Amino acid sequence: MTDRNTQAEIIRQSLKRRYRKERRFRAYGILAIAIALSALVVLFVDIIGKGHTAFIKTTVTLEVDIDPEMMYLDDATDERQLRMADFVEPLVQALLREVPGATEANRDAVRDLLNPYASNQLRDALKENPELLGTTQTMTFLTHTNVDVYVKHAGDEDYSIKLSDRQQAWVDQLLDKGVIETSFNDVLFSRGDSRDPSRAGILGAIVGSLLTMFVTLILSFPIGVAAAIYLEEFAPQNRFTDFIEVNINNLAAVPSIIFGLLGLAVFINLFGMPRSVPLVGGLVLTLMTLPTIIISSRAAIKSVPPSIREAAEGIGASKMQVVLHHVLPLALPGMLTGSIIGMAQALGETAPLLLIGMVAFIVDVPDGFLDSATVLPVQVFLWAGSPELAFIERASAAIMVLLAFLISMNALAIWLRKRLERRW
Amino acid sequence: MSTMNTLKPAVDKEVGASRDTVVPAHEERPESAVIEEAKTVGKPFSDDPKFKLRNVEVFYGQDRAIKNISLDIARNEVIAFIGPSGCGKSTFLRCLNRMNDSIDICRVRGSLLLDDQNIYDSKRDVVELRARVGMVFQKPNPFPKSIYDNVAYGPRIHGLANRKSDLDDIVENSLRKAGLWDEAKDRLDATATGMSGGQQQRLCIARAIAISPEVILMDEPCSALDPIATAKVEELIAEMSESYTIVIVTHSMQQAARVSHRTAYFHLGHLVEVNETNKVFTAPEHELTESYITGRFG
Repeated sequence: MTDRNTQAEIIRQSLKRRYRKERRFRAYGILAIAIALSALVVLFVDIIGKGHTAFIKTTVTLEVDIDPEMMYLDDATDERQLRMADFVEPLVQALLREVPGATEANRDAVRDLLNPYASNQLRDALKENPELLGTTQTMTFLTHTNVDVYVKHAGDEDYSIKLSDRQQAWVDQLLDKGVIETSFNDVLFSRGDSRDPSRAGILGAIVGSLLTMFVTLILSFPIGVAAAIYLEEFAPQNRFTDFIEVNINNLAAVPSIIFGLLGLAVFINLFGMPRSVPLVGGLVLTLMTLPTIIISSRAAIKSVPPSIREAAEGIGASKMQVVLHHVLPLALPGMLTGSIIGMAQALGETAPLLLIGMVAFIVDVPDGFLDSATVLPVQVFLWAGSPELAFIERASAAIMVLLAFLISMNALAIWLRKRLERRW
Repeated sequence: MSTMNTLKPAVDKEVGASRDTVVPAHEERPESAVIEEAKTVGKPFSDDPKFKLRNVEVFYGQDRAIKNISLDIARNEVIAFIGPSGCGKSTFLRCLNRMNDSIDICRVRGSLLLDDQNIYDSKRDVVELRARVGMVFQKPNPFPKSIYDNVAYGPRIHGLANRKSDLDDIVENSLRKAGLWDEAKDRLDATATGMSGGQQQRLCIARAIAISPEVILMDEPCSALDPIATAKVEELIAEMSESYTIVIVTHSMQQAARVSHRTAYFHLGHLVEVNETNKVFTAPEHELTESYITGRFG
C-alpha cells in the first residue's frame, strides 16, 4: 500500500515537471512566432510608410492658349515645323496667368514648376489633333518632381525641398486655388523607367517580369516534372541515379549568382544570344528553378500511396498507365505547389539577372522575348540605389507590387492544393 | 537425396536472428517436429492443375523467404494459405501474378506454370498475366475516382468494351457478382473512397472480376473488415468458386475452414502440409500444423 502511494507521489512529481517543460516549450514557440511576426510587421510598416506616397502624383491643370504666333507654328501637320516650334511658351504663359503676383520677370522660376516633359505632352497632343492649333484647351500636366516632393513631403526632414521660398509660396497658393492637385499615380503603372522620378513607372518591369516568368514556366515545369517522373518511376536504382540525385540537391543549394555567370558564359557568349532579354533571363531562371521543381515533384510522387499503384498493377495496367492514370493525378497538386513556389523564388530573383544585362536602364515597355527588358526586383535594385529620394519612394512602391505578386502566387498555390487534393 | 537434408539447426539460427515474432514458437515446438525441405505432407499435387509450381524459391537479397516449395493449384478450387506471420504465404501468393517484380531485391527461382506456360518467362507479358490473374489486397484500395470508374478501369485499359453500353453491362455484372449492385446502383458517380471499408473491399473484388480473370488472388481480404463485412466477402468467395480459381491468404483459421476446399500450411518459408480443408483441421498430419491450428503458436 505504501509502495503504491509513494509511486503515485513520484508520478505526481514528475507530472508537474513534465507539464512545466511543456509550458516552457509552448512559451518558446509563441516567442518565436512573435519575433517572426513583429519582423514582418516592421518590414511592412516601413515599406508602406515609405512607399505609399509613390501612389500619388501631383498635376497642374492649365488653360493653355495654343497660339500659332507664340509657338512659331502655322501648320501642325508639318513634321518639320513641329520639331522647330516652341511648346514651352504657351505653358509658361498659362501658368503665369494662374500664379498670383508673378510677372514676366519670374518666368524661369515659374517654368521650373512644370515638368520638363510637359512641352512634349503638348506637342504630342497637337500632332494627334492638328486642329487644336489656335484654340484654348484645358490640359493637365505633371508638375516638376521638386514640386511633387514639396507637396507630398513638406516639413519632412528626410527630404530636401529644392524649391525657393517664393516658389513654395506659389505652390501653396496654386494648391489652394485647385490648380495644382494630387491624384492617384497612374503614371507608375503605365510607363517604363525614366530619369525623371515623377515620370518613372514599373510597367516595363512588370511586363519584363511576366515575359521572363513565362519562359521559365514553360521550360522548367515540363522538364522538371518529366525528370522527376523518370527518376522516381523508371530509372533503375544504381550508383549513377544516386549520383544524379545528389547533384540535383547540390544544384538547389548553388547561389543564384553562379547561374547568372553560367548564363552569361553559355547563353550569351557561347550561343550568341542578345543581352538584357527576357528569353535569356528565363533560361537562367529555369536552371535555377529546375532543382526546386524536381525535388518537390519527386516528393509528391513518393507520397502517392503504394496501394494505389498496386491496385492498378494488379489489374494489369502497364507502367505508363499506372503513372499517367493514377500517380500523376494524385501527385499533381504537390507538383503544382512546388512549381509555383519555385516560380515565386524566380520572380524575386535579382542577382543572376544582373549578370546577363537585365540591369540596363530601359525606358520602353518590352514587346517581346527578344526585346531589352528589366524585371521588378532589378527595378527595385536600380531605384533603391538612386540618389534621388523621389526614386526611393517609388522603389518601395515597386516592392509592394512585387510582394503583391508573390503573395497572390502563394495564395494560388494554396488554393490549387486545396482544390485538387483528393483524399483516400 | 542430398536436397532433402534436415534443416532444423540452420533454420533455428537463421530465423531466430531475423524474425523475432516467431521465436516463441520454437520454444513450444514439439521436439519431434522437424521440417524437411521440399517434403510437404499431404496432397500437394493435382490431376488438373491450373498452377503447376515446382521447386519455387524466393530471395529477398540474401534472405531466402520461400524454400523450395512445390504445389499444384487445381482448376476452380479455393485454396487457403495459412501460417504464422512472416512465413512467406503472401510472398508466395504474389509470385503467382508477379507482383513481386516491382521489388528490386526480390528474385524468384523454380518453375511456375500457369496452364503449362511459364509465368516468369522473360518473353511473358506481365500485363497479360495480370489480366488473367487478378488480385485483391489486404487493405481495400479503390482508386480515388467514382464507383463506376473504379470498375470500368480494367475493361477500359484492356479495351474489353467498345461501346458505352457494353461497359455499362460489365460494370453492372461485376457489381452484381460482388453483391454491391443494390447498394451502389444509385450512386455510381459517387467517389469510391466515401464507401465503408466492407463496401470498398467488395468494390475491389468487383474491379478484379470486371476483366474476367481466370484466377483471383486474395491477400488477407478480410483482415481490415468487421465480422459482417467479412461474412459478405466470404459468401462472395463461395459463389465465385464456381467460375474462378481462388487463392486466399488468411490469418483466420475459421475463415480458411469456411471458404476453402484445400488448405496449405506454411511455416518459415516451408510448405509444411497441404490437404483437404476438413482434413487439415480435423486430422493434421504434421505436428507443426497441429500446434498451429490448436493455437499453440501463431
